[in-house]
Amino acid sequence: MIPLSYFLLTAALLFSIGLAIVIIKRNAIVVLMGVELMLNAANLNLVAFSRFDPDLTGQFFSLFVIIVAAAEIVVALAIVLKVFQHFNTVHLDEVAEMKD
Amino acid sequence: MILTLGSAVFVLVSRNVLYSAFSLMVTFLGIAGLYVFAGADFLAVTQIMVYVGGILVLLVFGIMLTRNKADRGTNQPNTVKTEHRRTFWGILAAGGIFAILSTILSKAHFQRVELDHYEAIERKTTVHDLGVGIMTNYVLPFEVAGILLMIALLGAAYLSGKAQSIGNK
Repeated sequence: MIPLSYFLLTAALLFSIGLAIVIIKRNAIVVLMGVELMLNAANLNLVAFSRFDPDLTGQFFSLFVIIVAAAEIVVALAIVLKVFQHFNTVHLDEVAEMKD
Repeated sequence: MILTLGSAVFVLVSRNVLYSAFSLMVTFLGIAGLYVFAGADFLAVTQIMVYVGGILVLLVFGIMLTRNKADRGTNQPNTVKTEHRRTFWGILAAGGIFAILSTILSKAHFQRVELDHYEAIERKTTVHDLGVGIMTNYVLPFEVAGILLMIALLGAAYLSGKAQSIGNK
């Protein structure tokens, strides 16, 4: 079995990479990918700890996190499509105003 | 584990959006494998179905639908580039977060785990426990999640519908 600390370190690295993607990238869709990576890192922690839990609480929680992440990505992509129709770009620096 | 992290780094480094989407798929599959190693088989299958089968397809659709009209007619190959900005601050913030997290993790002593108060519980499968739990203890969050999904779908369909339906307000 993989020891617990490896899971935690992997999750920390994934979270940092997701944060770096969110900050660095200019394309809105790639920023969404970074958000997904951060959510996955949190889920990995929950699952790794629920191995020691007879009630599986962590796995329930991460199941609901997956559901909410799916809902979030659907709405966010709809908003990105709307922004693209309006501004004809998805680069975040050029989309600075709510209306033009 | 190395596969997961390597492809996640490739998502960060790659400038082609489609390449990052596909390496994100490798990352999700690697995370599903880690779930299997952690004894969460149902969550691994859910991860593959929801993320690889659903979210990634949505992302690729989003990439294809949001191409700039300017470079559509040219003879360039079909690449969608993204640009980097604030690289220094991004690396600094991410490195700082990772330094904080790793020092905390190395200093934290999860006593119950380390002293073998809790052994890693060997299960054949978690599907039965998860199903029973969802229908008994967690039935309210389950229903709320269903309603949330419905609201999200309706909202997304409304948002991405015809342009004039919102603009006329």
